[in-house]
Amino acid sequence: MSEILQINSVTKTFPRVVANKDVSFNIKKNSVHALLGENGAGKSTLVKILYGLLNPDSGEILYNNNLLNITSPSDARKKGIGMVFQHFSLFESLTVRENLILGIDDKISYSELKNKLKDISARYELPLDLDAPIITLSAGEKQRVEIVRLLLQDPQLLIMDEPTSVLTPQEVTNLFKTLEALIKEGRTVLYITHKLEEVINICDYVTIMRNGEVIDSCSIDNQSAESLATKMLGERLGKIKTDYSNVSEKINFEVKNLSCQFNDPFFTDLKDINLKVKHGEIFGIAGVAGNGQSELMDILTGENNKIDTGKIIFDNKNIEKFNPKKRRDLSIAFVPENRLGHSAVPELTLSENILLSQFPNNNFINKGVIIHKNIENHVNKVISQFNVITPGSDVKASSLSGGNLQKFVIGREILTDPKLLIISHPTWGIDAGAEFSIRESLINLAKNGTSIIVLSQDLDELFEITHRVSVIFNGTLSDSFETKNISIEKIGLLMGGHKNV
Amino acid sequence: MNIDLIIGIINIVLIATTPLVFAAIGELVTEKSGVLNLGVEGMMLVGAVTAFVTLVLTGSYILAFLISILSGLIMSGLFAYLVLILMSNQVATGLALTIFGIGLSSMIGKQFIGTPIQGLNPYFFIALSFAIVFGVSYFFYKTKKGLIFRAVGESHSSAHALGYSVIKIRLLGILFGGAMCALAGSYMSICYAPMWQENMTSGRGWIALALVVFSTWKPNRILIGAYIFGGVSIMQMNLQAFGLSIPGQFFNMAPYLATMIVLVLISSNKLRIKMSAPASLTKPFYKGR
Amino acid sequence: MFSYYPSIIVRGQPSVLMNIFVPVIAVLLTLFTGSIIFSLMGYNPIFALYTFFISPISNAYGVSELFVKATPLALIAIGLAYCFKNNIYNIGAEGQLTMGAIFGGGIGIYFYDVNSFWLLPLMIIVGAIGGAIWGMIPAFLKIKFNTNEILTSLMLVYIAILILDYLVVGPWKDPDGYSFPKTRAFSESARMPLLFQGLRVHFGLIITLILIFISWFVFSKTMFGFQLKVSGYSPIAARYAGFNQNTLIYLAFAICGACAGIAGLSEVSGPIGLLYRDISPNYGFTAIIVTFLGRLHPLGIILASLVIALTYLGAEDAQLFMQIPQAVGFVFQGLVLFYLLGADLLVNYKIVFKKNI
Repeated sequence: MSEILQINSVTKTFPRVVANKDVSFNIKKNSVHALLGENGAGKSTLVKILYGLLNPDSGEILYNNNLLNITSPSDARKKGIGMVFQHFSLFESLTVRENLILGIDDKISYSELKNKLKDISARYELPLDLDAPIITLSAGEKQRVEIVRLLLQDPQLLIMDEPTSVLTPQEVTNLFKTLEALIKEGRTVLYITHKLEEVINICDYVTIMRNGEVIDSCSIDNQSAESLATKMLGERLGKIKTDYSNVSEKINFEVKNLSCQFNDPFFTDLKDINLKVKHGEIFGIAGVAGNGQSELMDILTGENNKIDTGKIIFDNKNIEKFNPKKRRDLSIAFVPENRLGHSAVPELTLSENILLSQFPNNNFINKGVIIHKNIENHVNKVISQFNVITPGSDVKASSLSGGNLQKFVIGREILTDPKLLIISHPTWGIDAGAEFSIRESLINLAKNGTSIIVLSQDLDELFEITHRVSVIFNGTLSDSFETKNISIEKIGLLMGGHKNV
Repeated sequence: MNIDLIIGIINIVLIATTPLVFAAIGELVTEKSGVLNLGVEGMMLVGAVTAFVTLVLTGSYILAFLISILSGLIMSGLFAYLVLILMSNQVATGLALTIFGIGLSSMIGKQFIGTPIQGLNPYFFIALSFAIVFGVSYFFYKTKKGLIFRAVGESHSSAHALGYSVIKIRLLGILFGGAMCALAGSYMSICYAPMWQENMTSGRGWIALALVVFSTWKPNRILIGAYIFGGVSIMQMNLQAFGLSIPGQFFNMAPYLATMIVLVLISSNKLRIKMSAPASLTKPFYKGR
Repeated sequence: MFSYYPSIIVRGQPSVLMNIFVPVIAVLLTLFTGSIIFSLMGYNPIFALYTFFISPISNAYGVSELFVKATPLALIAIGLAYCFKNNIYNIGAEGQLTMGAIFGGGIGIYFYDVNSFWLLPLMIIVGAIGGAIWGMIPAFLKIKFNTNEILTSLMLVYIAILILDYLVVGPWKDPDGYSFPKTRAFSESARMPLLFQGLRVHFGLIITLILIFISWFVFSKTMFGFQLKVSGYSPIAARYAGFNQNTLIYLAFAICGACAGIAGLSEVSGPIGLLYRDISPNYGFTAIIVTFLGRLHPLGIILASLVIALTYLGAEDAQLFMQIPQAVGFVFQGLVLFYLLGADLLVNYKIVFKKNI
């Protein structure tokens, strides 16, 4: 069996990060080849290079033994490389037929299209109603349109990016049937995923990436979910310094049977979430992005206070219907993932950004009038106590570096002396120094009795600071474990969706 | 109520509604590509005055219409430059265009107010207006280029991802709109009135904007809507003939009220709004992002 | 042989200097273009610019007229600032102005034979209410039905103008008016008091300055002003902060409508003293230019309203002394906005010249 794709020492660097470092592996023809890894492993960068959306800095790619020289997706399509994106690029108000025509580079008559379609639908069991507007289709049907659009151009290599993230179990089964048919015909599939079950069940080969490098590339035959999980995450022990002595036994915050349906394929429905956090405990929620973290965060902060069922209990009150301000009144602080445009407004100064987070024990407002002096005092406290490097308090938030802005936002919340802090991706995209200082701040905060919930994709971080951790996958939260007792293998399996742990 | 009266009314309605059809179909094409151009009234007036002045100075009808359309292209070209290249705010730029057009047309036409001309027979243009509407409809729904156009209006980022030039398509849409608005104006000053008077379009540009919304951005509905609006306004002028005593102003309000009702109906339902309004309308396109 | 081509890149931080500079640049470019236009028309550009910009304000009466024209512009513009800061495109100010004139003027007509100190204040308040109600219709539709406020507020302009038309030639027509389309005149006490003997500038100016000052305070020192700003910059951050965005939309439209309503009432109760058909030479739309030119800032708006008012006066003088049609004022207004919008690019982006290799 020959190789359809040979990737040799591909490197791609961006301003702050090496996305792909010396990536080399081969894809055999007529196989389903998995590309496995956490977020930030480098999968999407590599795939963008294969599809002509990016150019590598160095290295070469051989496609069917010829040098692959493409500069755009349409080039890639002409060579026989097609891609189905995780977030569809369909036009909602147009019909299936119109979307198909738009995706085809050559001219094609309507009758020719109809015939080709009949053929494809029969061969791969992909029935489609040509005249239906896209907006009326389910996620599975929309994906079918994307796949058919691809197949009309007779691709040899199909790249699929997390294809099952928006599908129902039934639709997933149908997809696998389609993939089987594609392989039987001699095509090749590159399958990007973080779900271990899928890799084991339908893939023939797997390449595992971590931190921009290829860890291993091998056949599935000798692998198990456990071995894949370990490879995906690597060795991460030794940094645990969590101190359990300040964790009380009393529960501070509880979520019971929380479920929320969004009726939108791009939102992950939350199913029966349960968690308990004690006073002084740092509770981590791990998981690959897109498994419900942001939906859960919005519910915890109150930005979404319309859930289907379940309770959130804090301070002997059911707070699931409280909006953010009411939750702050109870001394709950929160830091969402996005600094620019969510937890801070980039166009406003640091002093002004203090006002975004209004707590009852502050004295910034008197009968609707802002008292600038009190804010000045407070913002200077934040800046000095949390070591925010800035020329002053009246500079715009956008001019601070990521790390400093994050220190500011977290400092703003911590100085309110909250009873509970909920924080998402605390050190995403910031420099090592700021990372260290933020983690220290969180640990100190917990020592004083505050409960903290940390949602993060960074396992190193979670292992470093949390007392307990649980994993979110596909909208479901696993049981929680004490961090000191967990194994990499167990976490990897949970992150990859393996249920029997 | 005899047959002569009815034919007479139909005749008047056809003649009077045609400028509305031209302007509305032009703006519809612009909006279909995702751009809102509030400068319709200004472009109509500039089109009207340039056609009139050219006719008076050269005596050539053909030249008059050509120069008029050229003026529409220039005005809309200015708008396109500001909005597409300099990425200025579409609402403010369109308003500026209207205000500027009102002023510019008055200045150009000052010496020519009251100059008599030989008016042109309107029937060619009435037929042309129908032809253009059907042509636009064919273009949008039966050709691939028209499909691409609609795709840009729906999602400029997806269209860009597929490799289509969003800026080029929007430019074409804006220019077509400008040409049509100028044509509407020149029709008014040469066939309909026929004369030049300051502000002679008297708000038809705003009705054209309402008409585009009322027709839910579908070309063939422009004809239906235009003739309803036009018919209503003609009826308003002849209320005695119909034996009605409703004040004329309420008739004239009808198009605006009807448009608001249509707006509410299509906006409140997620499905309906997706299927009607071009989703990227008024959103600027940043190539780099 | 190298050649350079300009390339637009984003600035790290919006340039504050440019923010102030840009309106100045826009005005200068407008003057320059204006002089070219005048030359092309065969006039001496210096003389034309003088007639247009200097001579109207060369005496006390002229300066007073400047304030008469600037007052409604500034008042509407400051109201619009509430909406635009919140990223709401209210282009229906002309309609809200009209409604204010109808409501307030209606009181004046009802009490046409009453002469009392409370009449004018009542008219002003009712005018504000009328404008506010009209302004809240697009707000309601936006919140309840998700309708685009640009189109709804625009449609309401023409509906308001037609209502005024109907009233003025119909039920409110002056019985002693010889079928001239106007209403009865208001009583003396319903008229805006003049500020100076012999000059037309009236009490509306004081009201406007007070409202502008209050707005300055609201924008820079109150939580409400802060909430408007945040909601305009980033609705998601506003949600995070727990601000009630629906309330903000209602209030912004209501305040803007009220300001426009008072301006409308002042226009009919000041210079003329009754209701008639064309009460406003497009003030509601021109005020949008003023708001943009003034960068949504109270002081900027005051200056911008004076500049734009000058274009109205200059146009009148140009017609008087140079037989240029009055509409040339609109040409200048359009030009200033074009240049402003174009030059606005310089605030957030900078032009860098790259080598073409």
